[in-house]
Amino acid sequence: MRLSTLIAVLMSALLAGLALPGAARAQSEVVVNQGVVAPTPIAIAPFAGPDGAGISQVITANLERSGFFAPIDPAAFIETNPGVDVQPQFESWRRIRAQALVVGESSIDAQGRMRVNFRLWDVVTEQQLLGFQFTATPENWRRIAHKISDAVYQRLTGELGYFDTRVVFVAEQGRGQGRATRLAVMDQDGFNPVYLTQAEGIVMTPRFSGAGQEVTYMVLGEDSTRIYVHNLETGRRESLGSFDGQVFAPRFSPDGRRVAFSIERGGNTDIFVMNLQTRGISRLTSDPGIDTSPSFSPDGRQIVFNSDRAGRPRLYIMNTDGSGQRPVSTGSGNYHTPVWSPCGDLIAFTKQAGGRFHIGVMAPDGSGERILSSSFFQEGPTWAPNGRYIMFFRQPGGGSPRLWTVDVTGRIERPAPYNLPASDPAWSPLLDPPAGDFGGSGRCQAR
Amino acid sequence: MSYAVTLRNGAVVLAVALTAAACARRPVTDRPPPPPTEQPRTTPGTGGQPVPPVTQQPTGTIQPGSTQDFVVNVGDRVYFDFDSYAIRAEAEPRLEGQAAWLRRYPEVRVRIEGNADERGTREYNLALGARRAESVRSFLVARGIAPSRIDTISYGKERPIADGSNEEAWARNRNAHTAITSGAR
Repeated sequence: MRLSTLIAVLMSALLAGLALPGAARAQSEVVVNQGVVAPTPIAIAPFAGPDGAGISQVITANLERSGFFAPIDPAAFIETNPGVDVQPQFESWRRIRAQALVVGESSIDAQGRMRVNFRLWDVVTEQQLLGFQFTATPENWRRIAHKISDAVYQRLTGELGYFDTRVVFVAEQGRGQGRATRLAVMDQDGFNPVYLTQAEGIVMTPRFSGAGQEVTYMVLGEDSTRIYVHNLETGRRESLGSFDGQVFAPRFSPDGRRVAFSIERGGNTDIFVMNLQTRGISRLTSDPGIDTSPSFSPDGRQIVFNSDRAGRPRLYIMNTDGSGQRPVSTGSGNYHTPVWSPCGDLIAFTKQAGGRFHIGVMAPDGSGERILSSSFFQEGPTWAPNGRYIMFFRQPGGGSPRLWTVDVTGRIERPAPYNLPASDPAWSPLLDPPAGDFGGSGRCQAR
Repeated sequence: MSYAVTLRNGAVVLAVALTAAACARRPVTDRPPPPPTEQPRTTPGTGGQPVPPVTQQPTGTIQPGSTQDFVVNVGDRVYFDFDSYAIRAEAEPRLEGQAAWLRRYPEVRVRIEGNADERGTREYNLALGARRAESVRSFLVARGIAPSRIDTISYGKERPIADGSNEEAWARNRNAHTAITSGAR
C-alpha cells in the first residue's frame, strides 16, 4: 500500500471511531491516538544552508503536533547528510523504520532571496512524492517551513494543511480588578507574537475574516462597548459605530463583507448583521430571549447561534435573512458559542453540564453530538482551516487562561504552543492558497 | 509548474516543482525572480498597566448626597441567584433605599452595571449581566426615577469584584452595581 494511501486509511479509521464516548479521554495531558492508530514515523533530515536547521525544526514540530506523525530523532539517522538532488539510501532509512523522508537545502541567490528546495520521499516504495522550491526573503524562512509542512501534511494525509496560518487572541495579564488585556496575533506555532492594541478597556472575542486580512473584535469599556474591524496589513482599525444598546459577539461572514453581532437593549439581546460596505443593518431575531454568538455557515447562507428563548441556552440555526429559525441541539445541559466548521460538516460548541465545561461537535442537523474535551472551565472553540483541529481556551479554577487544541476525534488534545496567559483564540484561514498540487481530497480539500 | 504566491505582507513565496528524477543530480532550475519583497510590518505593544480600582473609604463625617453617602448608608450593590436576574426579596429594601435617595437628590445620574460569575461563556454572560442591570433599572423607574437619569451596561464576567473560584466568590460576583456618574455632592 502506498504511504499516502495508508495514512488516508488511518485517518478514515480515526473518523470511524468518532462515536466513541468522550468520557474515555484524559483531561489535561497530551494524548496522541491512545494507541488506536500509531502516528507515522517520518524522518526530517536537517536542511543544508542558511537557517536550514531551523527550517527542519519547524517542520518537525508542526508534523509532530498534528498527532499524525512521529518524527524520528535525527540522532538515530544512519545517512546523516542526504542531499536534495541525490537519491537517498533508502535502506538506511528503512532500518530506522522511517516511512517517509523529507530532505532539503536552502541558499541565498544573487538577489538576496532565500531559495529552499525540498523533496518528500516514500521510503518503502522508493518513490518521490513531492519536489518543490520555495523562494522568499530570508526573514520569511519560518513561513517557508510552514508551507513545506503543509505540502507534506497534505500529500500524506490527503487533507488540506493548516500550518501556514496565524492565531489572533487576547493576551491576558492579572486577574479580577487588576486584569489587563491586549489583542495579539501570532503564527499558529506560537512564534512571532505581536500586540495589536494597548491595554484599553477589556478586549474580547477577536475573529478572523474569511479573507484573512481583517479581524473583528469588541472592546468593553466602562460605559459602553464597541465593535471594531482591524486590518492586519494596514494596521488601520474602524469602529462599526455607535448603537442604541450594548453591542457584542461580532463574527465575520465567510466573504468578509458582513459582520453578525448582538445588540442588547432593555435587557433583551438580539442578533443583527451589518453590511460593511453600505453600513446597513438588518435585524435577524426579535424574540424576548437572549440571542447571541452568531456564526455563519461556510457557504454564507445560514447562521448558527445561541438562544435561551426556550429556557436554557441551546443552539439554533436560521437563514441569513433571519427566516427559518429552528433548534439544533437536543441534549441536556447549556450550549454556547457555536462555530461552524470551514468544511461545513460540523458545528463546534461549548457545553455547560455537570458542573464542568466541554468542547464538542455536532452535525448541523444536531445529530452525532460528541464531547472532545472537558475541564472546570473552557470555551471559545475556533477551527483550523482544514476543519480537523479546534483551538479553545481553558481556565482552571483560580488560574490563568491558556490556549489548547484538540482534534475532531478528541484523541489529540494538548496545550497550544503558546505558554502565556491567553484567551479567545481565533484561527486564520490559510494565509495563501496551497502553493502547488500536493494531492488531497479530504477535509476542506484544496481548491 | 510554478506558483507565485503573494503573502499578506507583500512578500512573495514562489513555489516551483522540482524535477521528479532527483537521482539525476541535476541542478535545481533557476526561475524568474519574484517581485520586490518587504519585511513584515510589526506593531510592538507599549506595556499597558492595569488601572487600579477606585474605592470609597468612609472617613469622618459623610456629606449627605455624596457618593460616599450613597455607598455607605444606602448600599450600591444587589446580588442575584445563579443564572437568574430576578430581584431577590432581600435586595428590595436596598433598591427601595436607592430609589428614595435618588428622589432626594434629583441631579444625580447613575449607571447600573450588571455582573455575572465566571461559570458561563463570555458572550452569554454579557447578555445575562444586561438582564440584571435592566432588572434594577426597571425597579428604580417603577419607583419614580426618570429613565433619562439611568444608564445601564453589562460587564458580563469580565470585571469580578471577588477573586477565587468558590461559591462565596461566585455569589458576590453575581450582582448589579449602581454607580453614580454625576450630580453627587
